Amino acid sequence: MRRIISVLLENEPGALSRVVGLFSQRNYNIETLTVAPTEDETLSRLTVTTTGSDKVIEQITKQLNKLIEVVKLVDLTEGAHIERELMLVKLKATGSQRAEIKRTVDIFRGQIVDVTSSVYTVQLAGDSEKLDGFIQAVGTSGVLEVVRSGVSGIARGEKVLSL
Amino acid sequence: MELLSGADMLIRSLEDEGIEYIYGYPGGAALHIYDALFRQDKVKHILVRHEQAAVHMADGYARATGKPGTVLVTSGPGATNTITGIATAFMDSIPMVVLCGQVASTLIGEDAFQETDMIGVSRPVVKHNLSVRHPSEIPEVIRKAYYIAATGRPGPVVVDIPKDMTTPNERYEYAYPKKVKLRSYNPAVRGHAGQIKKAVDMLMAARRPVIYAGGGVVLGRASQQLTELTRLLGFPITNTLMGIGCYPASDKQHLGWLGMHGTYEANMVMHHSDLILAVGARFDDRVTNATEKFCPGARIIHIDIDPASISKTIDADVPIVGPVDAVLKEMLSLVKEAKAKPDADALAAWWKQIEEWRAFHGMRYETSPEVIKPQEVIEMLCKLTNGEAFVTSDVGQHQMFAAQYYKFDKPNRWINSGGLGTMGFGLPAAMGVKLTHPDDEVLCITGEGSIQMNIQELSTCNQYNLPVKIINLNNQALGMVKQWQDMNYESRHSQSYMQSLPDFIKLAEAYGHVGIKIERKEDLEPKLREVLAMKDKLVFVDIYVDRFEHVYPMQVARGSMKDMWLSKTERV
Repeated sequence: MRRIISVLLENEPGALSRVVGLFSQRNYNIETLTVAPTEDETLSRLTVTTTGSDKVIEQITKQLNKLIEVVKLVDLTEGAHIERELMLVKLKATGSQRAEIKRTVDIFRGQIVDVTSSVYTVQLAGDSEKLDGFIQAVGTSGVLEVVRSGVSGIARGEKVLSL
Repeated sequence: MELLSGADMLIRSLEDEGIEYIYGYPGGAALHIYDALFRQDKVKHILVRHEQAAVHMADGYARATGKPGTVLVTSGPGATNTITGIATAFMDSIPMVVLCGQVASTLIGEDAFQETDMIGVSRPVVKHNLSVRHPSEIPEVIRKAYYIAATGRPGPVVVDIPKDMTTPNERYEYAYPKKVKLRSYNPAVRGHAGQIKKAVDMLMAARRPVIYAGGGVVLGRASQQLTELTRLLGFPITNTLMGIGCYPASDKQHLGWLGMHGTYEANMVMHHSDLILAVGARFDDRVTNATEKFCPGARIIHIDIDPASISKTIDADVPIVGPVDAVLKEMLSLVKEAKAKPDADALAAWWKQIEEWRAFHGMRYETSPEVIKPQEVIEMLCKLTNGEAFVTSDVGQHQMFAAQYYKFDKPNRWINSGGLGTMGFGLPAAMGVKLTHPDDEVLCITGEGSIQMNIQELSTCNQYNLPVKIINLNNQALGMVKQWQDMNYESRHSQSYMQSLPDFIKLAEAYGHVGIKIERKEDLEPKLREVLAMKDKLVFVDIYVDRFEHVYPMQVARGSMKDMWLSKTERV
């Protein structure tokens, strides 16, 4: 099953490599990984999406917790949560395609952020399925380049992940 | 406040940490530190002949005393040579701090002479590693390193020290921190009271219980609590290879150790039990055999300081995260207060069954009128040392024979590389023990394969007068490899012969020690007595043993706990 694990990590050199190393040395999957500083400059927030049986996920969270630099973590998929990923995509846009792409971008509530005579650069945010859906809708033949941020997530409601 | 250079601060920090001995080898990036060592006499340095041996020495010291060992090496090859030792300590949760020199911080990343990313290289085999980024941080970094190494589930910690952090002409105020607090590291100090209560209720209701104790009992200094609880409950107890000595082997409730080469009765009891109380053990593959066939009728209570050890391979019904001594103490008081008692008839029937299993097999081997059996060497040593020696071992058949036939009644006396299985561990580990236990008998039980992996340390033994007794069970082959080839590869002995063995007697003499060869069975006892009488000499005893002996019992691969070979021809 797919899980989103959100981690508060000491903002220190080498901390990220410990997390990544743990996944490879114990044969766990990483599907996406994002990391950035938080409002507290001593902490980074890292979000990793992974797949595995319940037993594997339990081990992943326990092993992550064992890392000295991991301060706190939560498996967001255990409760209601919001998941977002940012995608920038360059699309071939000439002739009649231009209007069609514009319509599709509107339907997906994306924005065209850069334009040339033959290319649109589209920005789109949403959960991973929505981004997949957009690529499917415009068709892979017109896609020149895709960059995705990986998943970020936050719990719904009053729950917060903080110290 | 005193002003000290980084190097002086480092050595002073070790002194303030209470470190008496460090084991190491100098080199370019560590020279400021070695100069600081030279200018004091509180912290003593033992110069080994290979950095791997320094780590095993620190490891042997830590296993015998329960205190963290300390290693000092230079950058590059000095640091990478420690990796096998660090991995050995990591797999067996041994507290240790490894101080590594590093090229100057201005050179890092430039492929400088003797530069290695030791933080990266060591990462998968350490509990944690730390890098010094400013000389003034040194006392705090050292305090942190020992704190992390010795608390919770212990383990090795590497400290990387760039050369410019120890430069003699920059001085800073020195104060050794009394305490260290890490917001992200808080090992449990007690177990969950509700879970402990639940566990005690289960113990009282069990009909075929067994206690399964591991190395965590030794590391957690909980032998006394475990022994008291076991006796109070009247349950059978088995332990892992790493847990040897945590409960007296000579006691009637003790079944011997379990797993791949464990006793018939211990494995039978585990398989047929209805309740397993696992204490500081981790259900390692050398214990469980095929996990899907593991103890089908048993419910499991699992006590461990490391939550990640619980339900990793075998699911626990009642997990208890906490230090084993504190949890067992709490269990003891609950058991004493409990109104319900274990069903006496059920327990009597269980013991009757256990005695039948014991009578069916027990530990046994075929003796021969001419050839010396490796098992009888161990039995003889146990007899001649009253079972009170510190015994280190290398890895292979001799390790299993030593663990099977030397009867340990005390913890911290059986010292072996159980998790990583590191050949070359035995001699340096024995040296680490002997250095701090000069009046105790220290035996290194080894084979002609393993001993040659750190034989250069005979020189260190000479320099520091470390009269350990090396018992070389010489079967002229890599015995365990050969056994597997006999059993699984139709006796195709690929690369398992030790050809061109050195004359170990002359070799020992060349290093300034005594060498004794034993080839005839009738010489075994008198010569071993002679060896043990030479209190102040290192004696290398080269004993020619049966070349064809196998270690039994041996669990059948991919079977359950109870599927075992009992000899070359008997399988149950």
